[in-house]
Amino acid sequence: MYGNDFSPPEDAPGGGLLGEVEAAEAALREAAIRSRRGGAPEPGVDLEAYFTDVIEADQKIEPRDWMPEAYRRGLIRQIAQHAHSEIIGMQPEGNWISRAPSLKRKAILLAKVQDEAGHGLYLYAAAETLGIDRDELVQLLLDGRQKYSSIFNYPTLSWADMGAIGWLVDGAAIVNQVPLCRCSYGPYARAMIRVCKEESFHQRQGFEILHTLAHGTPAQKAMAQGAVDRWWYPSLAMFGPPDGDSTHSAQSMAWKIKRFSNDELRQRFVDMCVQQAEILGVTIPDADLRWNDERQAYDYTQPDYDELMRVIKGDGPCNRQRMEHRRAAHADGAWVREAAAAYAARRAANNMEKVSA
Amino acid sequence: MSERTGEASVREPSPLWEVFVRARRGLSHTHVGSLHAPDAELALRNARDVYTRRQEGVSIWVVPASEITASSPDEKDAFFDPAADKVYRHPTFYEVPDGVAHL
Amino acid sequence: MTGRYDFALRLGDDALIAAQRLGEWTTRAPEMEEDIALANIALDQLGAARLLLTYAGELEGAGRDEDALAFLRDDREFRNCLLVELPNGDFAVTMAKLLFLSAYQLPLYTALTECGDERLAAIGAKTRKESAYHLDHSSLWVKRLGDGTEESRRRMQSAVDQVWPYTQELFAADPAAPVDPAALRADFDAVVFPVLDEATLTRPEAGWAPAGGRVGVHTEHLSYLLAEMQVLHRAHPGANW
Repeated sequence: MYGNDFSPPEDAPGGGLLGEVEAAEAALREAAIRSRRGGAPEPGVDLEAYFTDVIEADQKIEPRDWMPEAYRRGLIRQIAQHAHSEIIGMQPEGNWISRAPSLKRKAILLAKVQDEAGHGLYLYAAAETLGIDRDELVQLLLDGRQKYSSIFNYPTLSWADMGAIGWLVDGAAIVNQVPLCRCSYGPYARAMIRVCKEESFHQRQGFEILHTLAHGTPAQKAMAQGAVDRWWYPSLAMFGPPDGDSTHSAQSMAWKIKRFSNDELRQRFVDMCVQQAEILGVTIPDADLRWNDERQAYDYTQPDYDELMRVIKGDGPCNRQRMEHRRAAHADGAWVREAAAAYAARRAANNMEKVSA
Repeated sequence: MSERTGEASVREPSPLWEVFVRARRGLSHTHVGSLHAPDAELALRNARDVYTRRQEGVSIWVVPASEITASSPDEKDAFFDPAADKVYRHPTFYEVPDGVAHL
Repeated sequence: MTGRYDFALRLGDDALIAAQRLGEWTTRAPEMEEDIALANIALDQLGAARLLLTYAGELEGAGRDEDALAFLRDDREFRNCLLVELPNGDFAVTMAKLLFLSAYQLPLYTALTECGDERLAAIGAKTRKESAYHLDHSSLWVKRLGDGTEESRRRMQSAVDQVWPYTQELFAADPAAPVDPAALRADFDAVVFPVLDEATLTRPEAGWAPAGGRVGVHTEHLSYLLAEMQVLHRAHPGANW
């Protein structure tokens, strides 16, 4: 879901954000062709300079390449937190699978949450190419030493939240992650392309849920607006602190891990949402939201960044619940994982005996 | 799910497997990513669920990542981490190509 | 006398309740890969349920669609076997339930393809492939848990003992049905016994044979399951979703 997609209903496949994903994929192939001509660095060449050249030429860094330790560590942190977000992000939507109001909605929601698990696994695998085991990363999450997106620390209180998450949370996530399809680290870029492309099947589902509710019974309309009221500002906060306060941005931009600033992406998201809200028939809960002709963008009220910091630090409505849930699943499954490992070890030993006999 | 075993015992991580998928007849198997599984049978089943949820393949190979020997012209062992024999060094996430003719 | 409507309803309810239970595992599986696998199986069961309930609604001819049948019937009107409504328990109980269910559904769906009803035959042709996968998956796990660690073996044996009595209801004779369940017993045994043997598990004795699901007399668990599944749909009569 952190890796989720979104597109307004008039957006044909191949256009809009999905089109950007395809363009990123084409660029990746082109870069691969160019790099074959370039070849490997000559013996004795300055590897750091070579690394910088590769980045500046918009080519991809691959797992076996030399890379600055800070680049490696920063990427591990970012990819792992992205993966954790996918896994923890299954919980808020998973909360409604059992109560989905039609069998079709139940199937779509189940498939969507399943995709989030898949995306988490793609991302853990990408992180592993940087020299860390998935088990270590999972432990960092369980110990609270690595974070996940703070948005998942808010509760899903009504069915309309499935729509609001699709429209706003997934919408914000894809604005964030489409540029990552062009990230300088090859495995991450390829994972993001796969994540973004896979989501085309439920590209419209959140929007569709909200649209149906907003055009339904009075109770459904109230449900839809209530969800938008609760999810709007936390979604804006997903882009992180304002540019002035963001610590990692400058270096990430230079290394082409990050390609736009937090505030640029947040503005892009707001501008997208305004017209979509009109089509949906819901009101964005911001009395100061208005078009600024000079800036050619919407002015809007900033989210409460103090609240964001509190949620990141662990005091959101559901931080404890989400972590407890994840830890319980991990602990409850330990005997199963141990059994499978014991079975595999015994089988391997038996095969060895057969071979040597 | 109700019973708890307490602290997970310290153990070796479940092995890493590299996954190769034949997207259609007439194509080679292509590396699509990796996953963890305790043995080959489970690795194969997991690969089906993780990497071919949308019928992306007609055939799957799983290979223990530890059994892969890699050569790379770019490799400079002196600059690598001490954990240089680890499997993560294998490039991962090659897309199964859609446009067969161009490959 | 079991007509095609009752028969389709039984099969559809089996699949629907199984899907609802499997869906409860989402975000709780022992390994992330297994979360995806269980969701796949839940989606297969849900897909089968939708086809079967839609067809049941058409056969009934009273204008009920899949959602009317799923969300607006009370527990006494459900025709699923008791096996599927049992709580998930631990992973061993869930795998025991899945092994027995899929070892029953596979020959059943296979027989559907030759039952003389075109719609049921088409449904059987699609779903039997899925059942073969469910059987494969549950067999792999039952073997690993049975022949894994001391703890897993204890849990797996206990799960088999706990769930086994509920398998007998599956094969109650019904010669008038499009497929007589009694005819499936031999196939079931031929699949299940070797798996239990290879898992080094003890085959349970025949004995207590709980039943009643096919006539709407269920365990205490079903009413709770339905309360959760139906709550939203029922709270907004006539609404579109």
